[in-house]
Amino acid sequence: MTTSAETIDSEAIQENKPSANYAEIIYNGIWKNNPALVQLLGLCPMLAVTSTVVNALGLGLATMVVLMGSNIAVSLIRNYVADAVRLPAFVMIIASFTTCIELIMQAYTYELYQILGIFIPLIVTNCAILGRADAFASRNPVLPSALDGLMMGLGFTVILIALGAMRELIGQGTLFTDMQLLFGDSAAHWKLVVFDNYPNVLFAILPPGAFIGLGLLIAFKNYLDEREKNRIAAQKAIDGPSESKRVRVTGQVG
Amino acid sequence: MALLRITSPHTQRAGQRTSWVMQMVILATLPGIIVQTWLFGWGTAINLIIAGITALLCEAAILSMRRRPVAFFLKDYSALLTAVLLGVALPPAVPWWVTVTAVGFAIIFAKQIYGGLGNNPFNPAMVGYAIVLVSFPVPMSQWLGVQELVASGNSLSFMQSLQAIFHHLPAIDSYTMATPLDGFKHKDLLDSDTAFNTIAALQTLNLRSWMWVNLAYLLGGIALLWLRIITWHTPVALLGALFVMSGIFYLIDPSNAASPVFHLTTGAAMFGAFFIATDPVSSCTSNRGKLVYGAGIGILVYVIRAWGGYPDGMAFGVLLMNFAAPLIDYYTQPRTYGHKKAKTGLNIKEDN
Repeated sequence: MTTSAETIDSEAIQENKPSANYAEIIYNGIWKNNPALVQLLGLCPMLAVTSTVVNALGLGLATMVVLMGSNIAVSLIRNYVADAVRLPAFVMIIASFTTCIELIMQAYTYELYQILGIFIPLIVTNCAILGRADAFASRNPVLPSALDGLMMGLGFTVILIALGAMRELIGQGTLFTDMQLLFGDSAAHWKLVVFDNYPNVLFAILPPGAFIGLGLLIAFKNYLDEREKNRIAAQKAIDGPSESKRVRVTGQVG
Repeated sequence: MALLRITSPHTQRAGQRTSWVMQMVILATLPGIIVQTWLFGWGTAINLIIAGITALLCEAAILSMRRRPVAFFLKDYSALLTAVLLGVALPPAVPWWVTVTAVGFAIIFAKQIYGGLGNNPFNPAMVGYAIVLVSFPVPMSQWLGVQELVASGNSLSFMQSLQAIFHHLPAIDSYTMATPLDGFKHKDLLDSDTAFNTIAALQTLNLRSWMWVNLAYLLGGIALLWLRIITWHTPVALLGALFVMSGIFYLIDPSNAASPVFHLTTGAAMFGAFFIATDPVSSCTSNRGKLVYGAGIGILVYVIRAWGGYPDGMAFGVLLMNFAAPLIDYYTQPRTYGHKKAKTGLNIKEDN
């Protein structure tokens, strides 16, 4: 008992420093380690509900709130939970937050709640949330953990919305339909009919379209990364000679 | 699982270049195209032109994006073959954007993204067909009828075909009718005899017109066999499996199942057996493998026709068996002459 308390204490002393600085956390969450494009976590809700922008936004926001809340809570209890029971404890925390979100959506956005259906309770099983709790929040102080949750959630939501917009545009020829489900009646006229007389492309609305859409998004990200890498390499090649210039500091000068 | 190393099958014929093979397959579809045009009007021919142009443009665009030599790959006629196969598979009066979507998807997603000719795991033409079949069920189910049976008593003229494809033909309904397979699928509670006597799509004239289409493709397929571009294994196994399956169920329950002859002479039976399933890239390579592959497609086609949601199942049958082709090849690799049969599994040295 005493030994375990000591190890926890010593770990706590080590872990008071966040493992990454804030800029790095933001960059990781939104781009470099994006849960949807790079870690490929939470694919099930991602492929199932992104048929329109409003569905994607609703699920994305719910996931973001759960992710942030669970990260904060896990970070708060990180020094008091024994290693053996940490995963059940994390799951309990995530489940409580998911229940909160479910009840809130039931109260304020009932129609959206009905459309998203089983995928709201299924946020509990979203690997991205448990993954962040175990990989980041259980090792970092509260503030970096909260930021990490927010940024990971934001990265997930942005990809969800991009995929939802792609599928809504190709599938129905519209954008932002039914936004009143989330933003109240004033948002009813946000609907943008991009193509008139558009034949519905069922393929894009059905899950296979989501797979291809996600594949295209991942390919696009890899293309941007590759271009950035080439640009940096080219920059280095230009800067190279000046950096490697040696200055003589020993021996007789002059 | 280690995949077998086999030379791309379309390059295996010594002395004959890819472009010659592709040209011959295109020529072999001609009897079928002529019969379809004769029966259903000019729509098929117009579809072929739209499909061909789209295929060449898509192929050229993606090749130049991938920084590959454009003219070299366009001259192998493989894109054009995909376009021809899709053009004859789509209904004759289908709007132009359906054809363009199907061909574009086939060339860009099913072929070029996987690395171009020889690397595609799925038959590009059937991927394109399945995509539009899932996406646009209404235009894809509007087949034209033979002129003696449809309400207008005539087949579409050339100008009417153009209007139906590029704009909108209000009277299109008086030129279309269900295909025999479609009619049989929706016979609901009628037994077979009543269905063949009452449903318009199942009358002798319509059945005979589809028989002509299938016989024309059979003729083209025999030409391919004679030229030794394809082997007999896949088509015979496919048609045999379809015959056996439909025969068994016809014997068990003749009042609700259709006869084997009906199944072999309607829909895409011959076209699929000789032109689609024999695609050298996405099908099996060994002869024994081809038998298994063809039989699998035949069984799937019957299953989909009899109990599935679509009237014909050639596209889905071929795509599903394309999934299985590498596995079938793995277990049916022929033994080198003079070598003993291995006791356990396949032992590929380089991969261990």
